[in-house]
Amino acid sequence: MTTETQIFRDGESDRAYRAPFALSKVAIYALLIAWAIICLFPIYWTITTSFKAAPDVMQGNMIPYVDFEPKWLGWRALGLSPETIGQISTPREEFLRRFWNSTIISVSASLLAVVLGSCAAYGLSRFSFRFGPMKNDDISFFFLSQLILPPVVLALPFLILYRELDLLDSRIGLILLYTLTVLPIVIWIMRDQFAAIPTELEEAAMVDGLGIWGAFLTIILPIALPGMVAAFILSLVLTWNEYFFAALLTSTHANTLPVMVASQTGSQGISWWSMAALSFAAILPLIIIGIVLERFIIKGMAAGAVK
Amino acid sequence: MSELHIVTDDEISPARERRGKMMIWGGFGLLVVTALVQTADQTGLLSLGLETWRPTLYAFCVFSTLLCWAQVVLYGEQGKRTLFVLPAALFVGALVIFPLIFGAGIAMSDWNLASPDGRKFNGFDNFWQAMEDPFYLNALWNMVLYTAAILVEYVIAFGLALLLNADIRARKFFRVAFLLPLMLSPVAVSWMIGKSMFEPRFGPMARLARELGWENPSFYGSPEIARLMMMMMDAWTYIPFMMIMLLAGLQAIPRELHEAAEVDGASPWRRFWEVTFPLMLPVSITAILIRVIFKLKLADIVINITSGGPGGATDTVTSFIFREYRDRSNVGYGTMLAFIYLVVIVVAMTVLIKVTARWSRPQT
Repeated sequence: MTTETQIFRDGESDRAYRAPFALSKVAIYALLIAWAIICLFPIYWTITTSFKAAPDVMQGNMIPYVDFEPKWLGWRALGLSPETIGQISTPREEFLRRFWNSTIISVSASLLAVVLGSCAAYGLSRFSFRFGPMKNDDISFFFLSQLILPPVVLALPFLILYRELDLLDSRIGLILLYTLTVLPIVIWIMRDQFAAIPTELEEAAMVDGLGIWGAFLTIILPIALPGMVAAFILSLVLTWNEYFFAALLTSTHANTLPVMVASQTGSQGISWWSMAALSFAAILPLIIIGIVLERFIIKGMAAGAVK
Repeated sequence: MSELHIVTDDEISPARERRGKMMIWGGFGLLVVTALVQTADQTGLLSLGLETWRPTLYAFCVFSTLLCWAQVVLYGEQGKRTLFVLPAALFVGALVIFPLIFGAGIAMSDWNLASPDGRKFNGFDNFWQAMEDPFYLNALWNMVLYTAAILVEYVIAFGLALLLNADIRARKFFRVAFLLPLMLSPVAVSWMIGKSMFEPRFGPMARLARELGWENPSFYGSPEIARLMMMMMDAWTYIPFMMIMLLAGLQAIPRELHEAAEVDGASPWRRFWEVTFPLMLPVSITAILIRVIFKLKLADIVINITSGGPGGATDTVTSFIFREYRDRSNVGYGTMLAFIYLVVIVVAMTVLIKVTARWSRPQT
């Protein structure tokens, strides 16, 4: 059905509006692309630098195969290039040990925080408590106010305490501390999640003979699972990247990746290619998580923003 | 928030009640006795030769477990509810309240870990010293400047959120791309961007600066530029955070409001200022407050790129205390600096929350 004769025609004023409309589209895309370049160029730069040799770095070549021939120099220094991957390599062992430390510490701390935080958030959203003079709102505030506490206030007391407790340079010490730092964020996210679930669900479950913990574990948790995943991922990102406590409280055994990256200042200048390879290897897991689990991260951060 | 009301009829027998009380007091007794024995050991009254305070830590763990367990024994169904909150409360209490009290003791002592003298109580000496320490006061002032930079971040983040909320293609790609900086570790960022891309001889940004007519680009030479660089790198990492919160706020605005305004013939500019912006105020305040909290912890990139230089111009309080410990092992003074910072933050945040409370209620 072609409309040869249009009944409704755009008036002169409407047609004049088209031009700025198209122009604003162009402007929007230009701005979007410009900011995307700002976000992605440093990552691109790190990847390409890890394949450069010294002269390529000095000349500031940018595009592989056009400006320069990619070489495995940086990855060889890390023991992860194709020729060295089969051989024994001390730097690779070192790197893998740090990587493993980071993985264990961030995963356990996030898990612990999600377990403790979910239970607390559920309790606070469903029952009224009184601990001495503190009621529900005060208890919530007590948990959330930990966010304001800057890490530096706890850093030195913990250093002394851990020295006395022989927890310096141990994974468990860092796990406890990291759990503490992400706990308020987990409670913040989970409180919203549980508040959105109607209480009729538990009431029905309890009429059917489940206890309160049974109802929580079998009915409520599966519903709140996406929120828990969001809280977990967000905690994972924060604990994986944490540097300050790790630098203060670890020395040789429990070092995490950020500490290893930070300590790579060579005595005879910096070998940019191996630095770039190491940095990229350190951020790669999070880049993958960011791309694959983007919607959970957004869900986590958006929690509490909109009431 | 709806509450769950359950009627429970728990018959707690006197024997059971006694058992529960015994568990609590037994655990507490164990903790006190262990702590006393350890103190005696430390001061030389006893010679058990205990190397560390681990036994007291274990006693505390036993006490916490017994305390949680006793809730169920003592209060039955009601106790099971307490069990939701109690572990987290005990955890936070043990890891925050105790170190804070302990830290207050450290803050009032002259204690250098590197010197053999050990700890000496010196009252408020550290406090008076801090008040006259130009580098510390400078670091506090820097924090004010860094925090002020959040307003610029907010404007950019709002702009990006508006762009992402517009009717565009490949929205998912742009959202992921914009989110990525947040995922990167600040230490890696300081290497990749701070040191590599801004390398004054052959870094791409130095090249760009030369193209634009800056003869000898030096990004960390002068105090102002160095501070600006820190602000930019921190902004780069955290703008996505504010952007996502603002985007969530934008998407919660009902479309009809815009359409109504459009029908009324309001220009896009007026539509923004009279519909979108007022509706976004509560979200904006939340986003800014959380961002301020994160900004007050800023340290990683400063420690790794400039170590506070040139001349303390880029120092944050955290990086300054970090170096106070790293270079001088001055635990007592460093802790006092941290405590002063905590008091300043708590006062400032309380004022900020009070002042902004007016705008953070939903506008009508």
